[in-house]
Amino acid sequence: MAYPGTIQTAYQRELKSLRDQGLYKEERYIHSPQASTIVVEYPSGADLKSVINLCANNYLGMSSHPEVIAAAHRALDERGYGLSSVRFICGTQDIHRALEQALTAFLGTEDTILFPSCLDANAGVFEAVLGPEDVIISDRLVHASIVDGIRLCKAQTDTYKHANMEHLEQKLIEHQDKRARLIVTDGVFSMDGDLAPLDRICALAEQHHAMVFVDDSHATGFIGKTGRGTHEQCGVEGRIDIITTTLGKAMGGASGGCVSGRKEIVELCRQRARPYLFSNTMAPPLVAGGLKVLEILSRSTERRDTLERNQRFWRKGLTEAGFVIKEGESPIVPVMLFNAKLSQDVARDLYAEGIYVIGFFFPVVPQGQARIRTQLSADHDLPMLERALEAFRRVGAKYGILGLDKKGIVERYGA
Amino acid sequence: MEDAILQYIRSEYLEDDDEVELTARTPLISSGIVDSFSMVSLKRFLERKYQISIPDDEASAEAFDTVASIARVVRKHQGA
Repeated sequence: MAYPGTIQTAYQRELKSLRDQGLYKEERYIHSPQASTIVVEYPSGADLKSVINLCANNYLGMSSHPEVIAAAHRALDERGYGLSSVRFICGTQDIHRALEQALTAFLGTEDTILFPSCLDANAGVFEAVLGPEDVIISDRLVHASIVDGIRLCKAQTDTYKHANMEHLEQKLIEHQDKRARLIVTDGVFSMDGDLAPLDRICALAEQHHAMVFVDDSHATGFIGKTGRGTHEQCGVEGRIDIITTTLGKAMGGASGGCVSGRKEIVELCRQRARPYLFSNTMAPPLVAGGLKVLEILSRSTERRDTLERNQRFWRKGLTEAGFVIKEGESPIVPVMLFNAKLSQDVARDLYAEGIYVIGFFFPVVPQGQARIRTQLSADHDLPMLERALEAFRRVGAKYGILGLDKKGIVERYGA
Repeated sequence: MEDAILQYIRSEYLEDDDEVELTARTPLISSGIVDSFSMVSLKRFLERKYQISIPDDEASAEAFDTVASIARVVRKHQGA
């Protein structure tokens, strides 16, 4: 035993400080499969409550899709539970390569390599292909896993203001002396729900000889006419050098991620990316589930079309009710409340009304930008969304924020 | 020097519609105006403009938290 009391006291103090600042995260126990309506125990020990779920990344409603579950069951019987190996020793089955090929075809790239998660893909890809003579220029709002991946890489780093193309161009010019320039962005930004201007990014990249990296985790499966992602929506298929994405959101929601793109980059990842080399392979049922999701999505665009209808209905409903929302075209719809405590109070009252949402505030989002992030799913139906809108209207009226703009809410509640 | 650094921070980190009042004593990193990952361009700007080299361990989030403390770091290296 070498757990000194001084260390224990220090840890306890840190935990208390998190609680005191209101930053302590609590899990809520869900007693049902992931779906548009879920059964929740919150707080721990409370009676179970059936609520409309507006905070899952289950955009296409594939998490509990019967065909996906059946495919996973079959793989469990035919290929086993786990492989007890990394990919390159004895952890690659025929279905792993089949899933990589299916993702390549779906995303319209040259090749794909699976990772245990997209966080792992982002942790591994930069270090595998860039060195000290290169520069990574990233949007300031990219996902935390990209920031971590960039920190693990020896390349020089720089950032540009969110979606600001003038600033990006300035940085590209500044770094013309480097061997390689890699522009890094999310396809859809997870907190604001806005899309990266990939058409303009690709044009700048071509003009200034830079490669383009897109994390499309919040887009794959539903953004673009056939759901291929932000590159389809922006008309730049084949011009993105590296796409990372996840199977843990719209694509079944279990876990697994990938790097997809130029074949040499994928090949280098297979040789050098540490999360690929040193972490376990994806379990067979998850691989088979991913394959089934791709088959379903390639068969019909019905689910992404329903999702698009739902997000339009929801955006229009919230705007007409008098809420301030972040404009956009994605199923991530942030309801802006600006004040941290207000975001917590509104989320709590919505839960009492049977609507499950979470309030986000600094440091997850910038100071004074507190919000409730709502996320739509193809599994929601319009009567369900109408019920949710009624609850939002009631709670919004209670706090007197309907019809107020940012200035009005901040005057009343502070930023 | 403080004014030049303030001007750089305004153009590099703030959006046109940001209504932040920025002085030499405004916390930059702890307030979220500059995130620790984006700080690298500030360090590069200082090294170029003042012809100095700042070791990474001196470009900490604490040392770079206000323009006043950044200017102290720069002056120390100018004198070195």
